[in-house]
Amino acid sequence: MSSFSVTEPSARSKWFAGTLVILYALITMVPLAWIMLTGFKSPSDAISYPPKIVFEPTLEGYVNLFTTRTRQTPEFLAANPPEKWYEEIVREYDMVIAGPSKFGERFLNSVIIGFGSTFLSIFLGTLAAYAFSRFKIPLADDLLFFILSTRMMPPIAVAIPIFLMYRQLGLSDTHLGMILLYTGVNISLAVWLLKGFIDEIPLEYEEAALIDGYTRFQAFYKVVLPQAATGIASTAIFCLIFAWNEYAFAVLLTSGTAQTAPPFIPTIIGVGGLDWPAVAAGATIFLLPVMIFTILLRKHLLRGITFGAVRK
Amino acid sequence: MKTFKLATVSALSIAAATTASTAQAEDLTLCWAAWDPANALVELSKEFEGQSGHKMSFEFIPWPNFADRMLNELNSGGKLCDLLIGDSQWIGGGAENGHYVKLNDFFDAESISMSDFADATVYAYSTWPKGTPNYYALPAMGDANGWFYRKDWFARDDIKAAFKESTGRDLGEPKSQKELLEIAQFFQGREIDGKTVYGASIFTERGSEGITMGITSALYPWGFKYENTPGKYDMDGAVNSPEAVEALEFYKEFYETATPPGYTNSYMGESLDAFKSGQVAMAMNWFAFFPGLYADPNTGGDNIDFFVNPPQNQAGSTLGGQGISVVAYSDKQDAALEYIKWFANPDVQAKWWSLGGYSAHNAVLNDPGFKDSAPFAGDFLEAMGAVQDFWQEPAYAELLLAMQKRMHDYVVADQGTAQEALDKLVEDWTEVFEDEGKL
Amino acid sequence: MTDSLDTRAAAATPVRVAREIRGLSDRAIAWIFVAPTIFLLLAINIFPLIWTIRLSFTNFKANRNRDLEWVGLRNYERILGDSDIWLNMQATAHFLFWTIFFQVLIGFTLAYLINKKFKGNDLWTTIIVLPMMLSPAVVGNFWKFLYQPQIGLFNYVIAFFTGKEPSSFEMLGSVNLAPWSIVIVDTWMWTPFVMLICLAGLRSIPDYIYEAAEVDRASKLRQFFTITIPMVLPFLMLAVLFRGIENFKMFDLVVQLTGGGPGSITELTSINLKREAFEKWRTGYASAYAIILFVTVFGLASIYVKALNKVKER
Repeated sequence: MSSFSVTEPSARSKWFAGTLVILYALITMVPLAWIMLTGFKSPSDAISYPPKIVFEPTLEGYVNLFTTRTRQTPEFLAANPPEKWYEEIVREYDMVIAGPSKFGERFLNSVIIGFGSTFLSIFLGTLAAYAFSRFKIPLADDLLFFILSTRMMPPIAVAIPIFLMYRQLGLSDTHLGMILLYTGVNISLAVWLLKGFIDEIPLEYEEAALIDGYTRFQAFYKVVLPQAATGIASTAIFCLIFAWNEYAFAVLLTSGTAQTAPPFIPTIIGVGGLDWPAVAAGATIFLLPVMIFTILLRKHLLRGITFGAVRK
Repeated sequence: MKTFKLATVSALSIAAATTASTAQAEDLTLCWAAWDPANALVELSKEFEGQSGHKMSFEFIPWPNFADRMLNELNSGGKLCDLLIGDSQWIGGGAENGHYVKLNDFFDAESISMSDFADATVYAYSTWPKGTPNYYALPAMGDANGWFYRKDWFARDDIKAAFKESTGRDLGEPKSQKELLEIAQFFQGREIDGKTVYGASIFTERGSEGITMGITSALYPWGFKYENTPGKYDMDGAVNSPEAVEALEFYKEFYETATPPGYTNSYMGESLDAFKSGQVAMAMNWFAFFPGLYADPNTGGDNIDFFVNPPQNQAGSTLGGQGISVVAYSDKQDAALEYIKWFANPDVQAKWWSLGGYSAHNAVLNDPGFKDSAPFAGDFLEAMGAVQDFWQEPAYAELLLAMQKRMHDYVVADQGTAQEALDKLVEDWTEVFEDEGKL
Repeated sequence: MTDSLDTRAAAATPVRVAREIRGLSDRAIAWIFVAPTIFLLLAINIFPLIWTIRLSFTNFKANRNRDLEWVGLRNYERILGDSDIWLNMQATAHFLFWTIFFQVLIGFTLAYLINKKFKGNDLWTTIIVLPMMLSPAVVGNFWKFLYQPQIGLFNYVIAFFTGKEPSSFEMLGSVNLAPWSIVIVDTWMWTPFVMLICLAGLRSIPDYIYEAAEVDRASKLRQFFTITIPMVLPFLMLAVLFRGIENFKMFDLVVQLTGGGPGSITELTSINLKREAFEKWRTGYASAYAIILFVTVFGLASIYVKALNKVKER
């Protein structure tokens, strides 16, 4: 585009726009930066007044996040000197590490349920999307719209019958139950998005393959799937982010065995009240994967978050 | 059907419990709230692990989520917990809905006698219907709402003189609710060692049970009754009596004039934080925390002392505490019963108290040395002599949530008057009991 | 149905006969591919919905072993006649209106500025987008910390700029400020969403329209109101639809921030519904409540979509 173009903004307006946007971006980052900083503070620095911007960093929050600790008598402490660096941190409070905390388990649950439901959503979603795209299924549009409209129900409302159903089936607080539930919620998004991607793959490729002697099924996985790979990947990440961040179902339908991290992190407590550095450490570890995905995904963001309603 | 199932279950358990030594090693999960006594229980349970060969796992849930999570777990028939130390108010629902295993036959077979435990605790934590010999839990942890204060501040001459000057009284542990407020107001906004301090931290939490537990600590000393005639659910005139209105107005005045800023949604954790960070002169909290507070390097030891919730028209403390129950959905009930059998042992109970748990066993409480075994032990006995509990009905959650809403609307959100709040509460509760078919 | 699956499939694939010998028919494949999804949707979405409707006419309580009793429309009458629930609706409406208002205002402005294509706009866009990808429950929990009157960063920053004492106001605890505290966090989190959609709208406007306007000597301001706004409007309306539905359902963020307090000032309908359904266990009553909410959001959304389509057609 030449600099004389009427639609190219002037240098001054670019500079002005850039400054404002960067200013907004910096302000919007402050709470996030504060979370991450707090993870490296000591509990007393975290609740100091006025808030400390300069402080001596410590890994105490992370140690507290991953361990449970008990207070011990001076005799015991004297007889058992600390061996590892993380034991030394805890010693400052006359405590010893009693064992691992539940955070690891909860994080692992998030991984299992998040990836499990994403895999299932994508697997079933791709098949269904292909069928919706290539075969004229009766009432397809109505069906798809209805599928979408179920996402309008508040999760708490959906949770009432699901709770009763899972109780009957013994699926409460199980990984399988949560995977099925998240898949059920995600699959509408997955089918809708994937149908859009598959629609864009020209029919001619398949037809050529069919003429070459491929079966319909072979044509699907040897021709269509590779073509749809990018679309599948970005759909997968959106399903994963939903399952990863979900809170309402998790808090109502899990209590321990299958509990994911979002309901757990706000309840990390230290001695007395909330242990803010440990909460912040947990939040940081939990938020990082999504932040990385967001950066990787920036080109496909729009389609996923708007259900494909806005096409680029 | 359910009762039949329960009967078989407990019959089976007895058979198994007697031959426990040959039973296979199980991995038992005990659920409780995440607080100081829970850590003590972990320590105590190591002995059980050594003796029985069973392995103990623990699921401790922070108080604000405890009721929500555990009742959800029970109502979904979950198998997470084999043993549950459930709050006293759950006993009605736990018994009627078949969540808890009935322990009578087991107690008989193992000759565990409920008369070995303090009457008030057996009544509150174990029986349903109330006061009948039908036991669904063993008293595990006696508790009541009490107070603690900065003994070092109360002992300072300059503060004592200032107090004398402004009130005409000597500064000391309050003998009535009104004195309590007067002391709190005296400290509110005062400069001590260059820091602004506040009167007292009290319970104002909205989500679970906080503000109700705080307000009942004022209601009971004013002579609050839930019903005009016990068992008749005739609440109009009792719940909204002039005394109740006065007590509620008192609590609101306390909240507005003698608590630190920002404590609009505070419960146990916040109360501890406020005290330990040196913000307040006094604080209310459960006795369960007192051993930990006493051990605190900064605000504990000689700097802290404790008192019972002061009387007004009469003595009265809000009951806390829990009994330990076997969850009916557990597959490992035999091993769970073994744990209860072990826990009921007087020696274990004595050790429980020494580690910081509040034993309800008479052998511990009636020991001549008990009163002097900790600075709060005497206060604990006194408090347990005049405790009252909230409704323990199966519909307790509905009753509690109605009270949480009405009280928080009035005290913190400043909507309406005390009389209106209590009148509405009577309406809400009447509706609940009508739905229950009890009215 | 004359237009059967078979004939349609046949029309789409001219080599059908050859293939049928070697593998499954298209019809079979179509059903095999769609069936698991349909089954899952029936199990997780449709069946529960029907069950909820059924329960809404009963006095069922999920925590009791009582017999189920049919109570007709009593649950609906109770809910619609309950003045406390109307207060929850009001709180939800306040939250909806102001979050959408601020998000549209700020989101559109940002999109407009980013569309000036200054150097590095891609990088900054990605940074701005980060908050909306995070877990609302974790974010809500942490904002509670930022809002603490004595130790929170938010109060301190406000105090720094206004000269007020930081502990002199309580964002979450005061009746006047609490409704705004949740609006602020939601706006922080979701403005990027509106921004992204607006950006897509702005980028969809072909350059030649502006060039033509320039030839006609239309002022920049006039171009903005006659070209930019009308062309972006359908996108903006879509953003409002999505945000409206999402915030009508709002639960996780607010429950972590205020828990509905102080009193019931920020008790949005979802929070109230959760208390009824999973704390009081009035399952029948809560089911009726859920249906009322669903019908409300579905009805409003349908009317809105009609309006949206009208705008698109223009």
